Amino acid sequence: MEHKFEVKAFGMIAEKIGTDSIQVTGIKTIDELKIYLNEQFPNLKDMKFSIAVDKQIIQDALEISAGSEVALLPPFSGG
Amino acid sequence: MSPMNRFERQVILPGFGWESQKKLQNSSVLVIGAGGLGCPALLYLAASGIGKIGIVDGDIISLSNLNRQVMFGESDLGKSKAERAGELLRQKYEDLEVEIFNEFITTSNALEILSKYELILDGTDNFETRYLVNDAAVLLGKPLIFGAIYAIEGQILVFDSSKKGGTNYRDLYPNPPSALEIPNCDQTGVLGVLPGMIGIMMATEAIKFLTGYAPTLENKILFFNGLTYQTYTVDFAPNSESRQEIPDSFDAFQAKDYSLSCLVETSVNWDFAINQSKKGGVLVDIREDSETPKLEREDVILLPLSQLAINSNFLLEWDMIFLFCQSGIRSLKAVDELQKIYPGKTIYSIKGGLTAFNSTQYDGKTY
Repeated sequence: MEHKFEVKAFGMIAEKIGTDSIQVTGIKTIDELKIYLNEQFPNLKDMKFSIAVDKQIIQDALEISAGSEVALLPPFSGG
Repeated sequence: MSPMNRFERQVILPGFGWESQKKLQNSSVLVIGAGGLGCPALLYLAASGIGKIGIVDGDIISLSNLNRQVMFGESDLGKSKAERAGELLRQKYEDLEVEIFNEFITTSNALEILSKYELILDGTDNFETRYLVNDAAVLLGKPLIFGAIYAIEGQILVFDSSKKGGTNYRDLYPNPPSALEIPNCDQTGVLGVLPGMIGIMMATEAIKFLTGYAPTLENKILFFNGLTYQTYTVDFAPNSESRQEIPDSFDAFQAKDYSLSCLVETSVNWDFAINQSKKGGVLVDIREDSETPKLEREDVILLPLSQLAINSNFLLEWDMIFLFCQSGIRSLKAVDELQKIYPGKTIYSIKGGLTAFNSTQYDGKTY
């Protein structure tokens, strides 16, 4: 079975990616995901964002299970 | 008639009662920023019966504020936001104590102002201030409600770092992004209703927090889409990196330069510069007249470094200025010089100068 999960994007991250959700296949860890995102979307390179897996912010390298929901969460400052 | 009758409709809510109302009456809330978020938050906080409200804002009301800053109207243009908002609330509710701070929050005034209040709401509009307010709240052990918007989305957080396991903004975002990553609100645009909704959600969190009527968003971040009304809530925990970024004393806080950590990058690439020049920035060739060929573009103006100080008024109309020379070295120095003349403007040097422009894909490409 394919190792597949969804990546949701918010704010300017969604703008840069061009959509608010992508499906990712064959990636097993957060580090691999970061590399993949940098390759696919070079304009994300200098962006700051937090990463959540299944609605929990993760701070360390982590394995992502198939069917998980990953979210890329940028900070907003406008008021 | 009891003065509390104004609140009858919320008091009869099951689980709310006079007890919650008394808590609101005895509480004090500081709202930093009387703008798109602050206006709705202030109106509803005051209406809810909070006893004392402080308003901090050093800005004046301008025409482009009026699509979202609903405490102000056309007759208020040029007046102080804090004073106008304060007057309006005093006029509405006689028993409400209002304190007005007609100044921007800084490292010099933050500790004194925040320390007088039980709960802080941050509705400001830039990262410098948001990190500054967060750090001040942590140092003082004050709970903080944070609301922010970007285009059609908003985010809301509630922090109480004084609690065991409590979080602060840096647990989620340890350091501010560089100024380059984040376009300011003037450039992104906003539907007035979005900060309205987020500001009211901030007031809702404040009421829940002060009364205990319902659980708040503590240790969570809520994203809200203002057009689809979809929410996305994520949990987070204290982050070991976070604490190290916060000044460890009041003195260290007052000595910290918050603007620097945001604006440390003064060099940008051509892509960014050209993109921004389309949105009202300007590209400035600071090479001397004898240095040719010149770049033939409509968005470029020529202002040699030797005349920069004397003729800087040519740049008066732009808020974002991109300086370039042949290799990017002189323009870097020129940024410092020009920044002294115009501290309020955003000024960048373009990396690699014309050499970079000519040697890359920009050659022959139309923007």
